[in-house]
Amino acid sequence: MKKHILILFSILLLAASLIYGQSQNEGYTAIKGAHIIPVVGEDIPVGTILIKDKLIEAVGKDIVIPASARIVDGTGLYAYPGMIDSFCFLSLSEISSIPATIDYRETGRINPQVRSVEALRPDSMHIPITRSNGITAALVVPSGGLIAGQSGLIRLTGWTPGEMVIKSPVAMHVEFPSLGRRGFQREQEPREEASKQVIELKDWLNKARFYQKRKQAAAKNMLLQMPEFDEKLEFLHPVVNGELPLMISVHADKDIRAAIKFVQEEKIKAIFFGMTQGWKVAEEIAKAGIPVVFGSLYDMPPSWEDGYDALYRNPAALQKAGVKIAFSSQSASLAKDLPYHAAKAAAFGLEKREALKAVTINPAEILGVADIMGSLEKGKLANIVLANGDILELRTTISRVFIDGQEIDFSSRYTELLDKYKPRLKQKK
Amino acid sequence: MKKMIFVFSFILILSFSASPLWPGGNLLIKNGTILTVTKGVIPRGDVLIIGGIIKQIGENIQAPPGVQVIDASGKFVLPGIIDSHTHIALSGTNETGDVITAEVDMADVLDAEDLSIFTALSGGVTMVHTMHGSANPIGGRNVTIKLKRARPSEELVVRQAYPTLKFALGENPKQANRIGTTGPPRYPLSRMGVNAIIRRELLRARTYMSQWDRYNELRKSKNPPKTLLPPRRDLRLETLAELLRGNLVARCHTYRADETLEFINLSKEFGFKIACFEHIPEAYKIVPELVREGVGISIFLDNWAYKVEAAEGIAPMAAYCAQNGILVSINSDGAERTRRLFNDAAKAIKYGGLSEEEALKLVTLNPAIQLGVEKIAGSLEVGKHGDVAIFNEHPLSAYTRCEMTIIEGDICFDRSQYLSEREEAAKRQKEPKKG
Repeated sequence: MKKHILILFSILLLAASLIYGQSQNEGYTAIKGAHIIPVVGEDIPVGTILIKDKLIEAVGKDIVIPASARIVDGTGLYAYPGMIDSFCFLSLSEISSIPATIDYRETGRINPQVRSVEALRPDSMHIPITRSNGITAALVVPSGGLIAGQSGLIRLTGWTPGEMVIKSPVAMHVEFPSLGRRGFQREQEPREEASKQVIELKDWLNKARFYQKRKQAAAKNMLLQMPEFDEKLEFLHPVVNGELPLMISVHADKDIRAAIKFVQEEKIKAIFFGMTQGWKVAEEIAKAGIPVVFGSLYDMPPSWEDGYDALYRNPAALQKAGVKIAFSSQSASLAKDLPYHAAKAAAFGLEKREALKAVTINPAEILGVADIMGSLEKGKLANIVLANGDILELRTTISRVFIDGQEIDFSSRYTELLDKYKPRLKQKK
Repeated sequence: MKKMIFVFSFILILSFSASPLWPGGNLLIKNGTILTVTKGVIPRGDVLIIGGIIKQIGENIQAPPGVQVIDASGKFVLPGIIDSHTHIALSGTNETGDVITAEVDMADVLDAEDLSIFTALSGGVTMVHTMHGSANPIGGRNVTIKLKRARPSEELVVRQAYPTLKFALGENPKQANRIGTTGPPRYPLSRMGVNAIIRRELLRARTYMSQWDRYNELRKSKNPPKTLLPPRRDLRLETLAELLRGNLVARCHTYRADETLEFINLSKEFGFKIACFEHIPEAYKIVPELVREGVGISIFLDNWAYKVEAAEGIAPMAAYCAQNGILVSINSDGAERTRRLFNDAAKAIKYGGLSEEEALKLVTLNPAIQLGVEKIAGSLEVGKHGDVAIFNEHPLSAYTRCEMTIIEGDICFDRSQYLSEREEAAKRQKEPKKG
């Protein structure tokens, strides 16, 4: 009897799991008839994207669609890979003037131990607005001090922080000391002080190397003393081992030169961020092979002598010199504007296709996730945006968004509040 | 005789200085897509500006002798963009030395040398309403200027515009985001106090007015008392008296819907006119009231969540309010956003589906109406000022770029000229120094 109950229970469990699985939208989905822009590979004027579970199963003109597939009509729409924001505070910041809602900045100057993904708030009101505009993944970063901490890449959906994280850590974040003039608004940092900070940064890396060597030596030889546990040095290991890139915020041309020298001397992997005067040293950056993530282009030029359009033409200058570039929103509340930073650069000399790459495949490559996202290709996560036009264009309407094969709902703070107050229009006076 | 010559030359100088120093330019803009904003689109048209005024709009206009011709083939020609709320071209924004500072006037601190004028021009902006800040419940007088670069500041002022007085409600005047900083607290610290202090000052102004009325009445009487003395002049209250007399209109910085309604109540209590509400991210909550009062709004398209009272300011609001009968303009509040107001206007198409023409109005005609200058600016129409922006692509495209900005027929920004000058300068720098 007991055996029978066990069998029955197992069958029930199996059935339940099957039903549950289906309700999770597993199986095939086919987006039919869309103009596909895979970003990697040729555009397909009318084609099909076949999704199986979380992944893209096939992309092409003549794809055989399984009978069981759910069909999404893409006629008249353009299909793009989901965009990736390469530097933002989504899920770490709600209302910028209220410290209680800000979790991307730690006190102190040296914080390699902090991880942005451990402060994620899945219910952030900025996430639904951002993903409704076709952004499906974002690098969420710590900020402040000399070593700010570790960033992580998140998908813009999920009930828990764990469900959101795609990859962590992605980079260790460093604010490079400014040797020269930083900007017309900011105070000038004395040159000596800045040089000291570069030395300090190098010191930390050296200490981390030494600490690691002592640990390894002690592990082999019982007679050697284990070094005292050091939280900061522990988390610098992957950086000095060349496993984890440093994302270095650096702006002025002199500082960029110093940062290139620093990266080469330390033999570490690096990504540059900000780079508002990058165009002045474009060749050197290209030669060093360091990729660049731009901050928000919604800013004034770092110096008037650079020209009113310095930030706008900067991405084109770097891209044409051969630097791998990506854009970022550098925001939480306006992370939705990511495509328009790319378009602004396109208005000032960047080719439109390069602008598109700089919010899709380039960030995927720079952040080390090109095997799973950044383009519409077989085997990648089904992060897909359907729109009635160019997704970098302001007037375009985003029609549907899929993250990991799941269609997301467009309701957001915008729609909720508007729906709440719309009935007032019909109210009798 | 010498005296005569002196007097004569003095009169001569005076008469010269009274003549307009900005005579207005002559220009013919040829073969552009003309976005008139009020009278449709001319796919391939011309705009003729003579003496700073638009003389003719149409096709195949011949250039009168000596008039410079601008080739706008493949480009878009639109009225100069107007920013209804900013703080550029000023050498001060907030008078924080006191809580009520109605006596200060931004026209006194105009800075015609401000580089932000150039940045604004580079975004097609020709006119701005540059304002006192929001630190005080009653700030000061604002001023509407044209961005005539490299001209004396007096020439920038647009005399036709409404004289406006800045009010501010909510977190800024109650110093909500400065709690914990040094210094003693300043009254008011709550929305109750903000309203009360405005009422107090307006009551004071009323008393002040009646003191003067009594004085004037007695002075004009047959036997004025020998001890009659005029009341003490108070420049602060005189400004507020001007508001109560209807010679000044209020521009009120407000965020929450509730505080906005309270300010409408105050305006009724004292009978002054509100020209426009500033920022007002919760306007969509009180559409019926704003329509009933006929008060327009000057807003950010989507900048939000930078403080608690801005956390319900939603991007679809511009289109929603415009579609439901409110006069909406999009402002910058500063030097950076002012140069991309056209991008913000385009977002009203995305969020809420405004037509292209209605979207363009958010940064041209609507702010002109809010500033009281719609007879001279805000659209391309014969008889209006020749304030024009030329863009390489449709101004509502994300890929667009301003190529030229013209004020009263004079070119104030020319990207191609700017680029060639920059190239020249770069060459000069590279040349080895002689000697």
